[in-house]
Amino acid sequence: MKKILSFVLALTMVMALFVGCGQKTEPTEGNKPAEGQQKEEEKPKIKIGLATDEGGKGDKSFNDAAIAGLEKIQKDYGIEPVILESKQNDQYEPNLKNLAEANDLVFAIGFKMADATKKVAEANPDKKFGIVDEEVKLPNVVSIKFKEHEGSFLVGVVAAKTSKNGKIGFVGGIDSPLIQKFEAGFIAGVKSVNPEAAKDLESRKNVRYAASFSDVNKGYELAKQLYNSGCDVIYHAAGGVGIGVFNAAKEMKKYAIGVDSDQALTVPDAKDVILCSMIKKVDVGTYTVSKDAMDGNFKGGQTLELGLKEDCVGISPTVNPAVSKETLDLANKYRDEIIKGSIKVPSTLDEAKSFQPVELK
Amino acid sequence: MDNAFILSIIAIIGSTLRQATPLIFAALGGVFSERAGVVNIGLEGMLTMGAFFAVYGSFVTKNPWIGVVFAIIAGAATAVIHAFLSIHLKAEQVISGTAINLFASAITSYLLMVLFKRQGQTDGVGTPYYPKDFMGKIPIIGGLLKEINWYVFIAFGLVILANYVLYKTPLGLRIRAVGEHPRAADTLGISVYKIRYFCVILSGALAGLGGASISLSTTNLFREGMVSGRGFIALAAVVFGNWKPAGAMGACLIFAFAEAFQIVAQGFGWTLPTEFYSAIPYVITMIVLAGFVGKTISPAADGVPYEKGEK
Repeated sequence: MKKILSFVLALTMVMALFVGCGQKTEPTEGNKPAEGQQKEEEKPKIKIGLATDEGGKGDKSFNDAAIAGLEKIQKDYGIEPVILESKQNDQYEPNLKNLAEANDLVFAIGFKMADATKKVAEANPDKKFGIVDEEVKLPNVVSIKFKEHEGSFLVGVVAAKTSKNGKIGFVGGIDSPLIQKFEAGFIAGVKSVNPEAAKDLESRKNVRYAASFSDVNKGYELAKQLYNSGCDVIYHAAGGVGIGVFNAAKEMKKYAIGVDSDQALTVPDAKDVILCSMIKKVDVGTYTVSKDAMDGNFKGGQTLELGLKEDCVGISPTVNPAVSKETLDLANKYRDEIIKGSIKVPSTLDEAKSFQPVELK
Repeated sequence: MDNAFILSIIAIIGSTLRQATPLIFAALGGVFSERAGVVNIGLEGMLTMGAFFAVYGSFVTKNPWIGVVFAIIAGAATAVIHAFLSIHLKAEQVISGTAINLFASAITSYLLMVLFKRQGQTDGVGTPYYPKDFMGKIPIIGGLLKEINWYVFIAFGLVILANYVLYKTPLGLRIRAVGEHPRAADTLGISVYKIRYFCVILSGALAGLGGASISLSTTNLFREGMVSGRGFIALAAVVFGNWKPAGAMGACLIFAFAEAFQIVAQGFGWTLPTEFYSAIPYVITMIVLAGFVGKTISPAADGVPYEKGEK
């Protein structure tokens, strides 16, 4: 009797799990049914699913941006994306598996899901997959990566133009090729406007690494030391450590530059010290890949490198009044040159060192 | 000596004091708990709880000092769990502490969702007011005073107080007796359980205060992972400090100084990997302490659950 009871209970709990999933997806479904149905006949309908990482819906940054891309697809093509939130690492694989069963195109958001994506994509060779921020080399997976160095170049221009004394700092999270991409692009941007100011960045005299992405107080100490040594603008690529950079900037009445999202909006009490932020538009990534899949030219096996040309990185919409119009115009000129291909932005520190600055007026 | 040199020395001392403060609070907690015979691996979790509830208290009441009180209560409440498991149920204390660390990081990220409707970090809240400008005007030491905050004063005050309590009061004698030889203490009519409960809960309250000094000082918000292993550093400081308040404080200061130094050292322009700099505080602390502290002796009954009436 006991056994039967526990079995029934277990079954009920499993059912409850699925009920939960069903309800969660409801709001995304049928948001715009009328508009959707009109366009339905024009395009072959495919089903799209997306699995977030632990950030989940409402993180105001990475995952929300990815979902926004699909919401745009929903508006334009009238399909109903299914979104599953992963709360723990071990949910990546089951979530992707579930999505792959019912959908034609599945997105995995975040580099942490690379292994899970690889496994599920191998097991479902007839389905299409997209992964953000990491490369998975399989014929049915498109990897979406960003040219963070190109965006960092532009904020480097802003930093060098706005700095009064030509002393500019950089605070990184964990010293790794990814963060060095930010650093390299930033150095090149500074170098283009003020080669003298870039010297201390190149020699890493004005570069600090926190060895963490979450130790806020460490960020404060690092930034405070940089500001004390004379820097008046600091660019951070350090996640939560950057909050500490903003706090130090507030206290010392200096400036900082944000990263990933428009941080003047996401960290509102620091908006006075944030010159601007280098943003990554994950939504454009998910939108582009979905659109390609709709139009029948899904680029499986390829790695998309989205940069300025695709308008996927760049300066945030919110810009501090301390940044002059002239500075922004100059940054835009550099953007145009980079898009044209006449400036190749370095993505490693070695390349940044040998980068020949191009001066634009 | 030129002015810039003096200023940079002051900056390093200020940075050392700021970074040592949360460590000192947690280490004092560790000293009390272990002196009474209960190993407290859960300091990290209690710091996390303190850091979270400090911000929550400040957020709800708009009064940062009440936030600090919230932090102390939250730390103490978390410690009650540890006390109950390790004293009452005689659970393995390391496991109980580890469970608290896991629990604290999970519950705070859950409460972040429920109470703040945020992911990853809270919005900024008010922090205890510190009259920087006034402090800056005090002659001679003003330059340093304006670099620090109230927590630094509280931390050093508590070290003196803890030292007094442990070595100059009957309560301190009882605490030490319970940690060294609980059976002997018991036969003399000291309630081993009561003393241990008191000390573990006190350690939680101290760690909670330490948490507040992380999230409501130079920083004004809570972010997941912001405690970043400080509880474990504090635990090491307890051992290096030979289970003495002043010793633990010394170990925390050495670590914090090395941390402040490595931040400056990153700017020397040596072409070394940044991981090398990150390792400096640990290496310096070990060298200094191994060289100067010598043999440390833990309380004899540390980590051993006390069974009444056992032979």
